[in-house]
Amino acid sequence: MTAVEAGSAFNTAVSFVTNTNWQGYGGETTMSYLTQMLALTVQNFLSAATALAVVVALIRGFVRRSAAGLGNAWLDLGRATGYVLLPLSLLFALFLVGQGVIQNFSAYQDVKLTEPVTYQQPKTDAHGQPVLDAAGKPVLDTLKTDKQTLAMGPVASQEAIKMLGVNGGGFFNANSAHPFENPTPLSNFAQMLSIFLIPAALCFMFGRLVGDMRQGVALLAAMTLIFIAMFAVVQWSEMHANPLLTQLGVDGAAGNMEGKETRFGIVASTLFATITTAASCGAVNAMHDSLLPLGGMVPMWLMQLGEVVFGGVGSGLYGMLIFAMLAVFLAGLMIGRTPEYLGKKIEAFEMKMVSIAILITPLLVLGGTAVAVLSKDGLAGLANPAAHGFSEALYAFSSAANNNGSAFAGLSANTPFYNILLGLAMWFGRFVPIIAVLAIAGKLAAKPRLAVSAGTMPTHGPLFVVLLVGAVIIVGALTYIPALALGPVVEQLQLFGH
Amino acid sequence: MKTLIRPALTLFLLLSVLTGLVYPAAVTGLARLFFPEQAAGSLIHRGGEVVGSALIGQSFSGPRYFWSRPSATSPMPYNAGSSGGSNLGPTNPALRDAVKARVATLHAAQPEQTGPVPVELATASASGLDPDISPAAAYYQVERVARARGLSAAALRTLVAQHTEGPQWGMFGQARVNVLKLNLALDQQRP
Repeated sequence: MTAVEAGSAFNTAVSFVTNTNWQGYGGETTMSYLTQMLALTVQNFLSAATALAVVVALIRGFVRRSAAGLGNAWLDLGRATGYVLLPLSLLFALFLVGQGVIQNFSAYQDVKLTEPVTYQQPKTDAHGQPVLDAAGKPVLDTLKTDKQTLAMGPVASQEAIKMLGVNGGGFFNANSAHPFENPTPLSNFAQMLSIFLIPAALCFMFGRLVGDMRQGVALLAAMTLIFIAMFAVVQWSEMHANPLLTQLGVDGAAGNMEGKETRFGIVASTLFATITTAASCGAVNAMHDSLLPLGGMVPMWLMQLGEVVFGGVGSGLYGMLIFAMLAVFLAGLMIGRTPEYLGKKIEAFEMKMVSIAILITPLLVLGGTAVAVLSKDGLAGLANPAAHGFSEALYAFSSAANNNGSAFAGLSANTPFYNILLGLAMWFGRFVPIIAVLAIAGKLAAKPRLAVSAGTMPTHGPLFVVLLVGAVIIVGALTYIPALALGPVVEQLQLFGH
Repeated sequence: MKTLIRPALTLFLLLSVLTGLVYPAAVTGLARLFFPEQAAGSLIHRGGEVVGSALIGQSFSGPRYFWSRPSATSPMPYNAGSSGGSNLGPTNPALRDAVKARVATLHAAQPEQTGPVPVELATASASGLDPDISPAAAYYQVERVARARGLSAAALRTLVAQHTEGPQWGMFGQARVNVLKLNLALDQQRP
C-alpha cells in the first residue's frame, strides 16, 4: 500500500488521539495491518485512558478538601489501560471471534465465485487519467471476473477496544456494518452493550468516590431519560418506508432498508445509531446518510448536545458534570443562593470555565458548517443535493467537534479542505473542554467542603434530574434548532409534506 | 519540563508495545487455538477450492440463482476489498433512479410476480457485502429459479425453508436466508 497522504495522515492522527475516530480513509484500501495496530489500536486504548484520567481528576477535585494536588496522571493512565481496558478487550475480542469476526495476519484471500460478475470500469490511459470520449464522458471498459478478494486482518482485537473505548474507528470502511466486523445479531447486541458499559459504570464509580451513590444514580437517570426519548424518535422514523420508493412498487411494510443490513433489520440498526451517537462512539452498523430525515436528525442532535448522554469513556461523565454545575447555577439564580455542588461552592471562575467548555463546540460546529457551505471546496465534497447536502456538512462538523466520528458518509471528506478543517474541529473540540475541566478540578480541590444545611439544594432527587435534563436540552435546542431546520426538517417536509 | 517528558515517553512506548503488539498477538494466538475457522474468515471449501465466506455475500444476476441484495461497492458489486453503502439520501434523485432500474429488472426477470417488490431486493445494504435476504425476498424468486432449472416450485420452497435462519437465540435480529449457501445447495442438488 502507498504512503498515506499528508492531509489524511494529520486528520487520522488527530481523530484517533482525540477519541473521535472520524474515518476519512477506507481501512481495507489504505491502511496496513501494522498501521492499524501500532497507530490506531494503541490510540484507541490511550485516548480512552486519557479521558478516564481526566474525569478521575475532576472527581478528586470534588472529593478532596483544601488540597493542592489531583493525583498522578501517569499512574491513572496505566491503571485505566492495564486494569480496565486491556482485560475487558481481551475477553470481548475472543467472544467476537467466536461469533465470526476475523483475527489473522493472512494476505487478502481470493475466492472463486459461483457465478462470474460482469462490471464496468472507467478506462484509464498510461498516466492513470480517465479516457474521455467525444462527448467528454469517461469511456467505460466492460470487464468480467470470476474471483472475489476478501480483505483480512487482525480485526477482532481492534474491534473490541473500538467499542469498549467508545472510539468507533472501524477496521473496514463499512465499520460495524461489515460482516467481518459484526457478523451476527448477537455480536451486534454485545457491541451495543459494550459501548455503554464503561460510560454507565463510571456513574457508579462517581457515586462511590463522592461517598453518595445517589449522586451517581441521578446522573445515570438523566442520561437514560434523554436516551430513551431519542431512541423512540429514530425508531418511529425508520419504521416508515421512503414514500418515493413505495411509489415505484417497493414493499413498504419492512421500513427503510436502504443502507441497512438484513441480519440487523430496522430495530437493531436504529438502536445502534442512537447508542453510537449518544455515546461518543461513532461506530455505525447502518449508513446514517441513508436514514430518513428525522431518523438522521436525532443522531446529529445527540452529538450536538455535547456527547453527555453516556458519552465517551470519561468524557461523557465530565461533560455531564459540567452541565450539573450549570444546572445548580441556574437553580441558584432562581432562588437567590450561592450555588454549590457536592459541598463545593460554584463561583465566577468555575462558571466561566463551564461556559467555555459548553460554548466551544457550538462555535466549531456552526462556524465550520458555515465555512463549508460558503466555500467552493466545501460544496464540492457534498454527495447529495439540496437540504440533505447541508445536513451532510452539519453532521460532519457536529461529529468532529464533539469527537463522535460517525458520518453522513456520502461526504467526500478525504480532501485537504475537510481533512484540515475537521482535524482542527476535533482538536479544539477535545482539548479546550479538557483544559477547562482540569482548571475547574484544580480550583475545586483547593476549596473546603461545606456541610449540608437546610438551605442546600439536594442534587440527587427527581427535581435535580429534571433540572439537569432541562439544562442539557435547552442549551442544545437553543443552539441548534435554526441549523437543524435548514437541513433535516426541510427534507422531512419535502418527503412527507404532500 | 524534563520531569514531565520522560515519564510521558516511557509510558507511551510501554503502552504502545503492550496494546499495539502484545495484545493483538495474544488475541490472534488464542483465536487460532479456540476458533480457527472463524478467525480465518468462515471460508467455504468445495472440491479443494475456496468458493466464498459464509459471512460475505456474492453477486448473482443469472436466472438460475437466487439474487442477493443490490451492492453499492465499486468497481464491481460485492467487492470484499472495498466495503461501503450507497450513502444516497432519501430525497436524492439518484436513489429513485437506481431503485426504479432494479424494480424494472426484477419485473422483467419474473413477470409472474406482480405484487410489491421486497425492499431488500430494491435497496443497497450498508456494507455492500450483506450475505442475507429476508425469507420473503427468497420466496419472491422461487418461480423464476424453478423455471430456469426445471425444478418444482414446491421443492424449492422446502429448500428455502431449510436455509432460513430464525432470530439468534430466538430474540436477536430477524429471520434471514444466506444467499450463497442457498445457491451452493441448489448447485449440489441439481448442477
